[in-house]
Amino acid sequence: MEEFSSLMQGFSVALTYQNLMFMFIGILLGVLIGVLPGLGGANGVAILLPLTFTMPPTSAIIMLSCIYWGALFGGAITSILFNIPGEPWSVATTFDGHPMAKSGRAGEALTTAFTSSFVGALIAVIVITFLAPLVAKFSLQFGPPEFFAVQLLTFCSFVGLGKGHPAKTIAAMMLGFALAAVGLDTVTGTLRMTFGTAELLRGFDFLIAVIGLFGIGEILLTMEEGLAFKGVHARINPRVVWHTWKQLPKYWMTALRGTLIGCWMGITPGGATPASFMSYGIAKRFSKTGEKFGTGEMEGVVAPETAAHAAGTSALLPMLTLGIPGSPTAAVLLGGLLIWGLQPGPLLFVEQKDFVWGLIASMYLGNIVGLLIVLTTVPWWAAILRVPFSIIAPIIVVICAIGAYTVHNAMLDVALMLLFGVVGYLFKKLDYPLAPLVLALVLGDMAESSFRQSMLLSRGEVSIFWSNGLVGSICALAMLMLFWPVITKMLARLRRGNNDLDEARPVE
Amino acid sequence: MSDNGHHESGVHRGVSVKTMEIVVALLTLALGLVVIYDSRRVGAGWAEDGPQAGYFPFYIGVILCIASVWTLWRTLFSGKAAAGVFVSHKKLRLVLSVFIPSLIYVAAIWFIGIYVASAVFIGVFMYWHGRFAWTRIVPVSLSVPIAMFLLFEVWFLVPLPKGPLEALIGY
Repeated sequence: MEEFSSLMQGFSVALTYQNLMFMFIGILLGVLIGVLPGLGGANGVAILLPLTFTMPPTSAIIMLSCIYWGALFGGAITSILFNIPGEPWSVATTFDGHPMAKSGRAGEALTTAFTSSFVGALIAVIVITFLAPLVAKFSLQFGPPEFFAVQLLTFCSFVGLGKGHPAKTIAAMMLGFALAAVGLDTVTGTLRMTFGTAELLRGFDFLIAVIGLFGIGEILLTMEEGLAFKGVHARINPRVVWHTWKQLPKYWMTALRGTLIGCWMGITPGGATPASFMSYGIAKRFSKTGEKFGTGEMEGVVAPETAAHAAGTSALLPMLTLGIPGSPTAAVLLGGLLIWGLQPGPLLFVEQKDFVWGLIASMYLGNIVGLLIVLTTVPWWAAILRVPFSIIAPIIVVICAIGAYTVHNAMLDVALMLLFGVVGYLFKKLDYPLAPLVLALVLGDMAESSFRQSMLLSRGEVSIFWSNGLVGSICALAMLMLFWPVITKMLARLRRGNNDLDEARPVE
Repeated sequence: MSDNGHHESGVHRGVSVKTMEIVVALLTLALGLVVIYDSRRVGAGWAEDGPQAGYFPFYIGVILCIASVWTLWRTLFSGKAAAGVFVSHKKLRLVLSVFIPSLIYVAAIWFIGIYVASAVFIGVFMYWHGRFAWTRIVPVSLSVPIAMFLLFEVWFLVPLPKGPLEALIGY
């Protein structure tokens, strides 16, 4: 039970008066970010990151990760009361959450959503507690080829498991890698793709990209839809909460399934959004009352919420142990770690024990604090959404501009942010996924250096990527992920082909 | 850029998805070519001491080009991939009515500092899109920059771009 004593050690780090205060502030800010259109977990954390540079790293990461938990909770509020998903992963929550609210069970729906998210996150944190040290220990024997293989696996899973067309996923990803390559190449000292401009020496900062793509892009999209918020009023009192909690245990199977899907999709970077849809779909198929889904079934809220939170939380596992984030927000947190001089990866567990276990302990505490806060403060957030969009929109643009400026104190970054906003708008409308772009931009330098080191080791032979069992099987898995859509299609065709022999040939 | 078969109904007039798919795919293709060109310039091969600076980006550029051509191919030769309207003229006007003021706002930060520019931007936006009365515009558009000023300049000591007005009060 080495993990257990480490965890207790972590609690003693996290449970200081100061850190609890940061946790509280983080959750409040996070819910606010989750509720407001145009601000989400990824760009909210990106904007606030520069403010934490002066704080001690442990306190800073606790506050930032609490913003993330808060944003995960906040997304459910808008989905249920206003039928507007504040975050993409809460789209599936609107299917049954909003009908519940409209039939006068808003309090019940919200309590269900918050409790389910809490359960999903809690199980995911337990998974992190016991799995992360093992993964970290295992990956200590990784060399550059293995690290590149794991990164390859990450990006191949995006192509195979993502919702978008493979061509668009690959294009978005390569764009991220290309942008990451801009600037001074630290190995050879060559300037790449700067075309003589001194400002591009620094390269493109992913924080600017995140703020533009998700913040400005979202505002432009929201404006197009001409949003008018029409919401359901909600009051939560202890009686409603207790009444709901008494009903919830009978959906334990749905919750467990949702959590497992979420953990899987979070660790392999499928992300919270597909996890929530998958969990909803499966719950609908297996439920006794499946045909009533969409009319206000409690189970239809439990399924997506547990999955989304489990995915959002477990996305931090590969980030901490391998230095490979499972979601855009985890990518931003990783960027923060690098700025504080902490190199994520297996060594983090050896060299920065206090930091890692303090963070893991804060995940337990943060989610408990989060649940209590959202249950007690729902009416406030609903009131914020009644502020007209014509006031909120310019304020969000202003916040994004400040966030972009404070990253490097550079005006060019603010202009770039607007450019990324246009890219985000175009890409979202044309179904280019944004997450691979951001992840490639963050991981670009790391992927390149592990690729280079592998090539140096093998003197340019690509065969190093299947030179031993470990790296070979990771690469094989990556290829399986990459061609997953083709494989499933071929399997389906084979099966259909067999049926065709039995029946008459269908007319094409 | 024609309206690609949407002439019959005036309601759905706008830029078609097909046009935008082609434009974006051509842009990514062009970027891919730039990456390839620049990687070749700095050397995409093998030096005595290992891979050159353009070794990795070169392949990134190649894959980006292949993916772009793939999307172009799908858009041009399989009809179902790109049907419908990307954005109607009416919606485009709405989007531009946010984007152009934001553009002017960012440009204005250069000259008059972020605080004054934000106040004007929020005020104009509220008047233009929300038709609020001056009694509501003035308090909102002033309180946001003042709160920002206290938060950044006074408490967190993070300097933001300032203009002549801030210089007048000694910042």
